[in-house]
Amino acid sequence: MTETFVPPTRFAVPGRIAVSNRAAAVWQTATLTEIRRETPHAATFRFAVPGWQGHLPGQHLMLRLTAEDGYGAQRHYSIASPPEDAGHIELTLDHVEGGEVSGWFHTVAEPGDEVQVRGPLSGFFAWPGDRPALLIGAGSGVVPLMSMVRHHRAQGSTVPLRLLVSARSPQELIYAREYGDETTPVFTRDAAAGVPVGRMSAAHVAPLLDRAPPGGWEAYVCGSNGFAEHASRLLVEAGQPVHRIRIERFG
Amino acid sequence: MNVTRGFTGRPRVHHPGLPPGQYDAGDDWPVLSAEVTPDLAAADWSFRIDGLVAEPRTWSWDAAHALAPSAYEGDIHCVTSWSKFGVRFGGVSLDAFLGLVRPDATATHAVAYSHTGYTTNLPLTDLTGGRAWIAWEYDGRPLPAEHGGPARLLVPHLYFWKSAKWIAGLRILDHDEPGFWEQNGYHARGNPWEEQRYSGD
Ligand SMILES: Cc1cc2nc3c(=O)[nH]c(=O)nc-3n(C[C@H](O)[C@H](O)[C@H](O)COP(=O)(O)OP(=O)(O)OC[C@H]3O[C@@H](n4cnc5c(N)ncnc54)[C@H](O)[C@@H]3O)c2cc1C
Repeated sequence: MTETFVPPTRFAVPGRIAVSNRAAAVWQTATLTEIRRETPHAATFRFAVPGWQGHLPGQHLMLRLTAEDGYGAQRHYSIASPPEDAGHIELTLDHVEGGEVSGWFHTVAEPGDEVQVRGPLSGFFAWPGDRPALLIGAGSGVVPLMSMVRHHRAQGSTVPLRLLVSARSPQELIYAREYGDETTPVFTRDAAAGVPVGRMSAAHVAPLLDRAPPGGWEAYVCGSNGFAEHASRLLVEAGQPVHRIRIERFG
Repeated sequence: MNVTRGFTGRPRVHHPGLPPGQYDAGDDWPVLSAEVTPDLAAADWSFRIDGLVAEPRTWSWDAAHALAPSAYEGDIHCVTSWSKFGVRFGGVSLDAFLGLVRPDATATHAVAYSHTGYTTNLPLTDLTGGRAWIAWEYDGRPLPAEHGGPARLLVPHLYFWKSAKWIAGLRILDHDEPGFWEQNGYHARGNPWEEQRYSGD
């Protein structure tokens, strides 16, 4: 074999865990057991999935709805619940205007309804809880990050964990009641009197990097593509190594 | 079949170009990549083919542009279930590059790798015969960075994660070697018409 050449690369973050091929290939029935409103535009859907083999915080699944005529619509959704919630999974869906799948969830779905899921998928965005994690999300991008926060709490972990979450307003902030000291919300349009309003900026990110734990952060960024581009640039400018930034884009 | 109560789906016209489980994204072109979009100037871009070839080679931006141009007009399909119809890419057919390095008779597969370190594996037969390109134009304009510009691999008959963005090279092998998503549970080949999404499909 002739000599090979590999360019110097900065990304090349390996997946955090091996994904079970069998679980990823099998469709399972998930039964809706509860719907909880989070914000005017987002709700959490809790499912019983008896055969669920477990997941790591940050992973997502594929969900399928099937019409009478056999037409199927499949979408990816991040898992909001922590692995400790065995036999159950929770998803939090934004109601997308005119959305085929989120529209069904927000206008038709009731406890007792069944949908098909397969997964968990992708070990890349997963956080097993082992390394200090800096989590940055916007809108429904906070969903996989919340699974990490919940896992961290359920384990009583002392591994450093920080969450920066961006929302339009306090009313639009998903999981608002659940955040603790680990979280800094950023409001882009409206906030309570005295709370600054504006885009996430270097002023939010730089202090977290200045006070990084020994060995630095593993950064997880999740949200729309526009937000992911913005937040990942802020991280790089603040000195976070490119190869320690994992990004989940919701499209 | 597990019919979902009350789910009808959007009114739809059957499009013969739509593989199973896919929907038409229309004008949208979602961006899906796990890494930070690199700042890669055309002048700093290069493309290399090595491994089981008679003559390994590296092309600069200008050297690659000196090859005969070749365009793709057709559809693309992403594993996250959107498809896009009638898109136009401009670049050079991979056959032009491979013809110059001459893969060995024993060569069967390639690993495509990007300037960010991303990798994906492909059977050589999916890269030859006018079915794969190095693309630097989209709709007559330079390919945007978030979609893989200055140049990406384009293998439109497979799910789009195979069309490595910010393409840096191909390593020609005599065996299959899973790439980044393939190690993360995705299918080794990724044929949308057979719904080869995840390993085990
Ligand atoms: C890894 C991953 C994880 C994700 N996790 C989450 C999550 O945790 N929570 C969440 O809320 N989302 C998540 N998403 C996004 C999710 O997968 C869906 O894209 C989202 O729910 C919208 O799907 P939908 O079927 O409701 O909308 P779609 O029907 O796909 O519509 C999307 C947009 O396109 C328009 N549109 C498309 N086709 C037509 C048409 N024919 N006619 C009219 N309008 C059309 C719609 O009006 C709408 O504005 C995730 C995505 C990825 C890739």
